[in-house]
Amino acid sequence: MRRFSYTITDSLGIHARPAGLLAKTAKAFGDTQITIGKGEEAVRATQLMKLMALGIRQGDTVTVTTEGPDEAEAEKQMRKFFEENL
Amino acid sequence: MILLKGQGVSPGMVSGPLYFWGRRGNTPLPREGMGAEAELSRFTRARQAAVHQLHALAERSRVSAGDEAAVLFETHAMLAEDEDFEKCVRKLIEGANRSAESALREAGEQFASLFEQMEDGYMRERAADIRDVAERMIGHLLGTTDRKIDSEAPVILAADDLAPSETVQLDKRLILGFATRTGSGSSHTAILARTIGIPAVCALGDSLREEYAGQIAWLDGETGQMILEPDERTLSAFSDKQIKQQEMRRTLEGMRGKEDVTLDGRRINLYCNIASPEDVHSVLENDGQGIGLFRSEFLYLSSDDYPDEERQFCAYRDVAARMNGKPVIIRTLDIGADKQADYFGIKREENPALGLRAIRICLNRPEILHSQLRALYRASAYGRIAIMFPMIASLWEVRECKRACQRVMAELEQEGIPFRRETELGVMIETPAAVLIAGELAREVDFFSVGTNDLTQYMLACDRQQGDLERFFDPHHPAVLRALKLAADAAHDAGIWIGVCGELAADLSLLPIFLAIGVDELSVTPPAVLPLRMEIRKSIAKTCTLDRLNG
Repeated sequence: MRRFSYTITDSLGIHARPAGLLAKTAKAFGDTQITIGKGEEAVRATQLMKLMALGIRQGDTVTVTTEGPDEAEAEKQMRKFFEENL
Repeated sequence: MILLKGQGVSPGMVSGPLYFWGRRGNTPLPREGMGAEAELSRFTRARQAAVHQLHALAERSRVSAGDEAAVLFETHAMLAEDEDFEKCVRKLIEGANRSAESALREAGEQFASLFEQMEDGYMRERAADIRDVAERMIGHLLGTTDRKIDSEAPVILAADDLAPSETVQLDKRLILGFATRTGSGSSHTAILARTIGIPAVCALGDSLREEYAGQIAWLDGETGQMILEPDERTLSAFSDKQIKQQEMRRTLEGMRGKEDVTLDGRRINLYCNIASPEDVHSVLENDGQGIGLFRSEFLYLSSDDYPDEERQFCAYRDVAARMNGKPVIIRTLDIGADKQADYFGIKREENPALGLRAIRICLNRPEILHSQLRALYRASAYGRIAIMFPMIASLWEVRECKRACQRVMAELEQEGIPFRRETELGVMIETPAAVLIAGELAREVDFFSVGTNDLTQYMLACDRQQGDLERFFDPHHPAVLRALKLAADAAHDAGIWIGVCGELAADLSLLPIFLAIGVDELSVTPPAVLPLRMEIRKSIAKTCTLDRLNG
């Protein structure tokens, strides 16, 4: 299992558009599970509505965990995604 | 005459017949299903059809309504395929023997309510998106086609609220403006209206009666007013305002992309003041050529504790990158006892304006300055950043700030973290002391920026916020203008540039003085850019005199 933290810089936080793209990107990883955690709560990146419902805002720090056969690649892509979009 | 008042969320003035657009969510649905297996299969087919349709709409609307609309449809397609939503629908179909339609509506309501409870206004508006997606799938099941505006002539679309994906698809040529009973500035209606550039008024409440359907209404998207059966005077006032607005709009649009140069070739840099990264889009939209003042307080005021270096760095970098090579001048922390966050622990002061504020806090607590400078220098590698120190009154203050910068640069160099060594350093001229020692200050820094709000306050020894002191507070006071000239002369003698970033910068009546004094840069609120550019391009610098300095 791999994990990294990221502090959201986008002023709208994880809003509809990046959440949707994130879900799409995560879905492509099939067996490898990607989880986004904020404080006590965590949801799978593919759970679009629940992810949006977490209400992750600018300044919040989230923990991204990847677990499964492609966890290294998934972590790399997730890092890139967050840096480019959030 | 009937006057309705709502919230103006998209500017513009129009008049036309009111066309009421009913809610989709009110259509009656069969509650019980024909068996779980059959209903599940209906559901998955409807979902597939909806997703397919949404992708097609996304492509079509990218061309006609822009990226914003396309993203909306794409997001809706993703919401439709959300796994938790599906689980909820399945549970209702299998567990409660519901029809696909009824299960979809209830699931849609459940998830929409989740969002409606959220603190964030933006998130609350997403509830409308969820209902919209559910209704679209229901529409496929019921076989109802997309509704259209049944009118030959353009109308003002009136409703309780407007489903995002529906309004995006409507024939824009038939819509003059929007008027809704609910909604806010962050609702889709508002966003769409602003994108298309038509007026919209939200939150009119129950006063927007269905019986007005067909009547001509006059809509002012700025004031949030709607007028029916206007009397002569009101009608004529509306008309006048409307014509003026249209003319102004046309002229200002013509200013886009034009250079900020006078008729006789004198250039002046026209930048913007911003308070947070969110404002960058407004700078770009209004064709600002840089950011002359990026107030960094938002980082300190929006949390319970000092922002860490990483968070600051991301914010500065984000803005620098989005400005794409255009200058971004960032002012270090400028808070005081009157505008502060509790965690700073600054005691209540007798005279907050004369107290521990801005650079004084940073010099007394070097770790705060250190953290901010590290973030700023790190961000300097991503764009054209400059750093500005507020409230400077003595030479030693600047020298200490510069030493702090040297230390940070040495650290970053050692750590192998990239930064731009040539990052310009400047000071704000806002204390009388700074004006009188401007000559010495000019030799220490790369630029001056005049904070006219505070400068006027200190020069006239007058509180600008106090109501009964209005007649004593003259922003055009010759003392202030002379102070500006002193600072400008000192700057130019030392070969550095001077800008103005206070409210006075946007004062069109002072442009001739600024030109006469030789101000190099004006930083204003984004909406003031185009009008100021228009004024600059009409001016002849050579003919501007310093008469006003003589009072």
